[in-house]
Amino acid sequence: MRIELVKRPQQSALYSALSPFIALALTLIAGAIMFSLLGKNPLDALYYYFVDPLREMWSLHELAIKAAPLILIAVGLSICFLSNNWNIGAEGQFIIGAITGSILPVMYPDLQSWIILPLMLIMGVIGGAAYGFIPALLKTRFNTNEILTSLMLVYVAQLFLDWLVRGPWRNPQGMNFPETRNFHQYAILPEIWPSMGRANWGFVFALVAALVAWFMLSRMLKGFEVKVLGQSPRAGRFGGFSASRMVIFAFLVSGGLAGLAGISEVSGAIGQLRPTISPGYGFAAIIVAFLGRLNPLGIIAAGLVLALSYLGGEAAQISIGVSDKVVRAFQGMLLFFVLGCDTLIHYRVRFVGSTAHKAEVSHGNA
Amino acid sequence: MGMLEAVLMTIATAATPLLIAAVGELVSERAGVLNLGVEGMMVMGAVTGFGVALTTGSPWLGIFAAIAVGALFSLLFAFLTLTLVTNQVATGLALTLLGLGLSGMLGESFVGLPGVKLTNIDIPFLSDIPLIGRLIFGQDPVFYLSILLTAGVAWFLFRSRVGLTLRSVGDNHGSAHALGINVILIRYLAVMFGGACAGLAGAYLSLVYTPQWVENMTAGRGWIALALVVFASWRPWRVLAGAYLFGAVTIGQLHAQALGIGVPSQLLSSLPYLATVVVLVLISRNRRMTMVNTPASLGRPFVPDR
Repeated sequence: MRIELVKRPQQSALYSALSPFIALALTLIAGAIMFSLLGKNPLDALYYYFVDPLREMWSLHELAIKAAPLILIAVGLSICFLSNNWNIGAEGQFIIGAITGSILPVMYPDLQSWIILPLMLIMGVIGGAAYGFIPALLKTRFNTNEILTSLMLVYVAQLFLDWLVRGPWRNPQGMNFPETRNFHQYAILPEIWPSMGRANWGFVFALVAALVAWFMLSRMLKGFEVKVLGQSPRAGRFGGFSASRMVIFAFLVSGGLAGLAGISEVSGAIGQLRPTISPGYGFAAIIVAFLGRLNPLGIIAAGLVLALSYLGGEAAQISIGVSDKVVRAFQGMLLFFVLGCDTLIHYRVRFVGSTAHKAEVSHGNA
Repeated sequence: MGMLEAVLMTIATAATPLLIAAVGELVSERAGVLNLGVEGMMVMGAVTGFGVALTTGSPWLGIFAAIAVGALFSLLFAFLTLTLVTNQVATGLALTLLGLGLSGMLGESFVGLPGVKLTNIDIPFLSDIPLIGRLIFGQDPVFYLSILLTAGVAWFLFRSRVGLTLRSVGDNHGSAHALGINVILIRYLAVMFGGACAGLAGAYLSLVYTPQWVENMTAGRGWIALALVVFASWRPWRVLAGAYLFGAVTIGQLHAQALGIGVPSQLLSSLPYLATVVVLVLISRNRRMTMVNTPASLGRPFVPDR
C-alpha cells in the first residue's frame, strides 16, 4: 500500500479549521500510549495534565502567567514565519530583553518612581529587538543563514546572563547565590486582579499584541506585504516591496516582542534575574505559532494549550509522580502532529493499494 | 604523553562527533533534503548509546543501538517531509524539539550514573612513536571510522554512479524524476544515512567524549554540524577541516578556562558559538560561490506528478 497526495484545487477551509484539533486529539492518544508505557493509568495522567489545572481560579491565573510569554513570542514569530524568515533564536531575544529591562532596578536600585516600570518595558523591547537585529543584518548584508545565526546567539545570551548573575550583577546581600537583588516595588509588573490570583499585566500585553498583529496581518497593507514576500519573493519585488527591509522588520518585531516577554516575565513572575529565567519559552513558542496556524488569534488559543501542558506537567509530577520531563516530549509530539495534519489542507491523501496501482498503470499503457 | 600530544588528542575527540554528524547531514543535503533535526537525532543517539551500554555492559552494543535509533528517528522526519510534503525547516525543528524532550524523559534515570567508556585501540610499537604515535595509532575506534566515513562519502558522492544519481536528485529533482529516478526513495535513504550518522555522533559523546548522560548534552553540536556543512560548501574533506577547526576552538577555550587567564569562563564557553557565526558570515558573503555550491533543490518540496 502506498500513500499518494493529490493537490487540492484550493485550500480546504474545513481542514484549515480542523487540523489543529485533529493534531491535538492525536497527541492525546499518543500521550495516553506513552503514559501506559510508563506504567501509569493513562486516563488519570491526562486528567491531571489537561483538566485538573483548569478547576480553580488561582490556577487559571497561573495559566495566564505561563501563556503570556508564549503568546507574545509566538505572535512575533508568526510574522517572521509568514514572511519566510526563520527566527528560531527567540529564546535569546527573550533573555537579552530581560537583561536590558533589568538595568534600572539592578544597577540603580535607588531610583524609585512610577516612571521606572514603563522605562524597563521599553528597554526590554529595545534589547530584544537589537538582539534580533543581529541575525537580520547578517542575513541582508552577508547572505548568512538566519536559522543558524539566531540559534547560536541563544547560547551566547544564556552564557551572558549566567555571567551577569554570578559576576557583576550578583546580589551583594544574597549570600553568594547566583541571582540579582530583588526588584523594588516600582519595578514589579502589577497583578491584574490581586484578590483572585497572581496573573500580571504581561497577559494583557500578550492579548493586545495578538490583536494588533491580527489587525495588521488581515487589514493593513503591511500585512499583505508580509504574506506576499513570504509566499513569492518575486511577486513581492514586482509589487515594489523590499525583501531585505522585510527581513529587518520581521526580526525587529519578533525580537522586540520576545524582549517584552522577557522583561514582563522577570518583573512580573520572578522579581529578579537568575541563571535560568525561561523553561524554553522561546522554543515552545515555535510550537504555539504553528498550532495557532500562524494566525495571531489562533495563537492566543494555542498559547493557552501549551501553557496548560506546562502547568499539567507540574500537577502530574506532584499527584502521580510523572517526571516533568514528559512535558517537552509532549510538546515535541504536538508539533509533529500539527505539521502532519496541515498536509490535509493542501492535499487530498489517498491510500493506494499496490494492486490498484498496477491496474492503473496497465490501463495507462493500453 | 606530552602536553601537546594530549591537546592534539582531545582536539580529535572534540572534532569527531562534529565530523560524523556533519558528513551524514551533507549526504542528506546533497540529496536535496535540509534536515534541521540533527541536534535531536544526536541527543537520541547519546541517550540510547549510554543506556544500552550501561545495561548490557558493552559500549559496542550501545553504538549500534544509537545508529539504529538515529536512523529510525530520522524516518519520522522523512515520512513527514517526503511523503506528507511538510515544510522541511519546521519539521526539522520539530524533530529537534521532540528529540530533546524524549531524551530528557528516557534518560532521567541515567543522570549521575558512571558510564561505560569505549576503550582506545593501541597498535603496539606504532603507537610508541613520539608525538604522532598515539595520535594516529592510539585513538578510539570511532575516530578511525570517522576518517573512513569521510573518505567513503567523498568517494561515493563524486566517484560512484549512485552518488551521481543522488547529487542529481538534490540539484534538480524534476529532471531526475523525468529520467525515471526514484527521487523519494533516494531521499528516504539519504535522510536515514544522516540519521544513522547523527546517532553515532551522539553515542560518541556519551560513550567516548564524556562517558555520562546529561540532559541536553549535545549542547548545540548538532547545529554546529549543520553550520559546518555550509562552511564546507557541501564537500566532505572540507567538513573534516572545519570539524577539526571547531575541535581546536573548543579544546583551546577549555584549556584557557583551566589556566584561568582572567577572562570570564562564560565568554570562553561562548567562543565556539561565536566562531560559528563568524565563519558563516565569512563563507556566505560571497553570494555567487554560495549559489554555485548549494544543491539547487535543497529544501524544496517534491510531489511527483505522473
